[in-house]
Amino acid sequence: MSFNLAYYFPLFSVIALLFISYLGVRVGLEMFFGVIMPYLAFIVFFVGVIDRIVKWARTPVPYRIPTTCGQNKTLPWIKRTIRDKFENPESMFYVMGRMFMEVFFFRSLFRNMRTELRPWGKYPEGGKLIYWSSKWLWIGALAFHYSLIVILLRHLRFFMETSPSCLNLLESLDGFFIIYAPTVYLSGLVLLAAIIYLLLRRIFDMKVRYISLAADFFPLFMILGIGITGLFMRYFYRVDMVAVKELTLGLATFHPTIPEGIGAIFYMHLFLVAVLFAYFPFSKLMHLPGVFFSVTRNMAGNNRWKRHENPWEYEPRHFTYMDQEDMYRKQMKKAGIPLEKDIEE
Amino acid sequence: MANVPNPEELTKVEYRPPLEPWMDSKAEFKKGAYCNAALPKWLEILDYPYPREWSVTDEDWKLPENWKEIFLTAFEDRLDRFRSFRLFMDICVRCGACADKCHYFIGGGDPKNMPVLRAELLRSIYRRYFTRAGKMFGKLAGARDLTEDVLKELFYYFYQCSECRRCSVFCPFGIDMAEITILGRELLSSVGLNIEWIMASVGSCYRTGSHIGAPPHAYKDTIEFFEEECEEVTGIKPNPSFNRKGAEILFVAPSGDYFADPGTYTFMGYLLLFEYLGLDYTVSGYAAEGGNFGYFMSHEMGKRLNYKIYAEAERLGVKWILGGECGHMWRVLNQYMDTWNGPADFLEEPVSPITGTKFENAKATKMVHITEFTADLIRNGKLNLDKSRNDHIITTFHDSCNPARALGLFEEPRYIINNVCNNFYEMPEDTIREKTFCCGSGSGLNADENFELRMRGGFPRANALRYVHEKHGVNHLSCVCAIDRAVFPPLLEYWVPGVDVTGVHEMVANALVIPGETERKTDLRFRPLKGFESEETEDD
Repeated sequence: MSFNLAYYFPLFSVIALLFISYLGVRVGLEMFFGVIMPYLAFIVFFVGVIDRIVKWARTPVPYRIPTTCGQNKTLPWIKRTIRDKFENPESMFYVMGRMFMEVFFFRSLFRNMRTELRPWGKYPEGGKLIYWSSKWLWIGALAFHYSLIVILLRHLRFFMETSPSCLNLLESLDGFFIIYAPTVYLSGLVLLAAIIYLLLRRIFDMKVRYISLAADFFPLFMILGIGITGLFMRYFYRVDMVAVKELTLGLATFHPTIPEGIGAIFYMHLFLVAVLFAYFPFSKLMHLPGVFFSVTRNMAGNNRWKRHENPWEYEPRHFTYMDQEDMYRKQMKKAGIPLEKDIEE
Repeated sequence: MANVPNPEELTKVEYRPPLEPWMDSKAEFKKGAYCNAALPKWLEILDYPYPREWSVTDEDWKLPENWKEIFLTAFEDRLDRFRSFRLFMDICVRCGACADKCHYFIGGGDPKNMPVLRAELLRSIYRRYFTRAGKMFGKLAGARDLTEDVLKELFYYFYQCSECRRCSVFCPFGIDMAEITILGRELLSSVGLNIEWIMASVGSCYRTGSHIGAPPHAYKDTIEFFEEECEEVTGIKPNPSFNRKGAEILFVAPSGDYFADPGTYTFMGYLLLFEYLGLDYTVSGYAAEGGNFGYFMSHEMGKRLNYKIYAEAERLGVKWILGGECGHMWRVLNQYMDTWNGPADFLEEPVSPITGTKFENAKATKMVHITEFTADLIRNGKLNLDKSRNDHIITTFHDSCNPARALGLFEEPRYIINNVCNNFYEMPEDTIREKTFCCGSGSGLNADENFELRMRGGFPRANALRYVHEKHGVNHLSCVCAIDRAVFPPLLEYWVPGVDVTGVHEMVANALVIPGETERKTDLRFRPLKGFESEETEDD
């Protein structure tokens, strides 16, 4: 896919979505953008995600193929570090530890490094490979995902009559670092910074640019659009929060209402969120549930002491020992190799 | 091999991808990068579909009329049978972390050798035919039609992946290019596209007993030659038995170890060690191949070759199986054998007859890696070792892909090396253990016609070796893999001349003080030991 298609098509799609929702609200389609679309999106999201997960779960795992990144459990005196135990897990306990590190700390991405081939006159071949520590992608990805989850959690209060104390705590922590009125949440700024880093990387790292599809830029622009509309709503074009909460609570309690006087920007924000949710099950965003199914990470390296069954294993045609002996009986006898069936003289 | 550019030319790698989008560019079959098409006779021996004469460089690959339908049916079948495959088609986010981890990309710069893109070659077809978005939006959803050009491209690039799994170490979702390549090659096989180097090995192995086509009597003959060689160096003549019923242990080595130097010295090492121990073992002309090139073309073919090991162990009535030094052999033995051809109820849980150690880690498969066996012997003080006999060797250790990333065998070989050799230096941290680099010729790519690809793919390993060669004077690369021992000599001659390749058990046998042996003046290769250099010249 050409870069123009991969980049501009998603960009203009997101702009178009914003326009559609703006115009829609202007002509009085609040009901569609505020109620119908969110419900539709949620149905598509849940049905789609569950459908895909069921599909994965129902597909058999014929072989146990963990990628082992540490010393296997062998002889008792062979030294194994804590790292070995988690990265070549011997049991379910350690597998869970490995998955925990993968899901919450992006363990594998933490290994990332940059390979550089540098001209090197001291070597006859004139080149030397250098492996640079490269944690930027790891930091960017962590920042992006963690700020996203904090923002999602903060939004829960729109769907509850009174928000529980843990949410309040999260909110005050998130708002603690920058002193300003209205409260500036750190998560929002981190998310924007991370998104921009991920975007720039896709545009200016030539290798990543070459492999990028529209499906890679679209979610980035969508989340960027959602973030920007969210920020605008909060800091510039303030919307009536009481009315917004009336709408969201109505959605959550299945008594949808469209209160008067919510600005169009809210509907634009909500519409992008709805589209993203509906898009989720059909996209690479499924890496979220997918990582839990990854067989190179979620299986133990215990193949040699615990048998793994393949439900569809079948017997192909084999070449048996007797087939071989029948073929070479004379020569085998001459070579003094014992036979099952001697030659009849 | 004649037309391979020299090392200086080869290190000028262009990493900047072309401007033309990858979906629009056809694969250009560069001489030296692809392997030759398989001859029909092997497919016939193995009942593989569409045996025919064809050539990679021909315009017409003589595909079956309905090749597209066959390919897509096979594709869907694999999606339904392998969770790994379906998942890896679905969840890649194209973050690019894997891109500069592949040795073929580092050494060659072809952007379609970035694991992510090599996988996308197949994913684009998956999207087009098996996802709603791809069916509806086509190219916009990253989908593309399956055409003959696309098929050729798949063939070109799936035979430029050595299934080493290095990318899967770095992938945040554990996406394993090896798995995609294995299944991709199965799909290619379904329309009759195979390479000669693999098919000839598999066809030979299936019928005769080993990749190199040695039938039982030739196998015996070869080993008897090693017995004489051992006697010449040590004065001790090992006395292995062939196809002997009632032996305690069946020993299975990769055929590379009895085919050519320097693998043969490793085999001599095994024989001398077993002789020293008085081990009750036998070798078999039927299960004469530990390596498994079948695994490089399909799961089914891997199973068919692997079948022989358990079948022969059962026929001979042995108690357990000992396996030699080999890379992909141990991936198969570790991650597939029991599922394919087990359970091996007719065997016993392996116990070392010398030390009494129970190999509890192998209690299901009943097959022990020889470095585990030997490490246990050393640990229990059962071997009389004279390290100084390896003083002419300054070695490093190359972790082979599969023992590293599909088993996790890191410490045993190092423990042995440190006990038999005084001079051991590790290569840089980012190039060993789970981050080790491929020899560049794994997964059946050790043919002649793709020599340039092999040199490029082996460059990262050779470059790390260059580092310790310059810094510590390393003159040997030791390894526990028969493909390594076969392909490193030409690779190192090309990149790091002056470094030899040795198996771990060759060094064990060099150091092993065997009762009744003659004074050792040379190692197993008839090279003078340190302190005997001058005598050697006098003899000359």
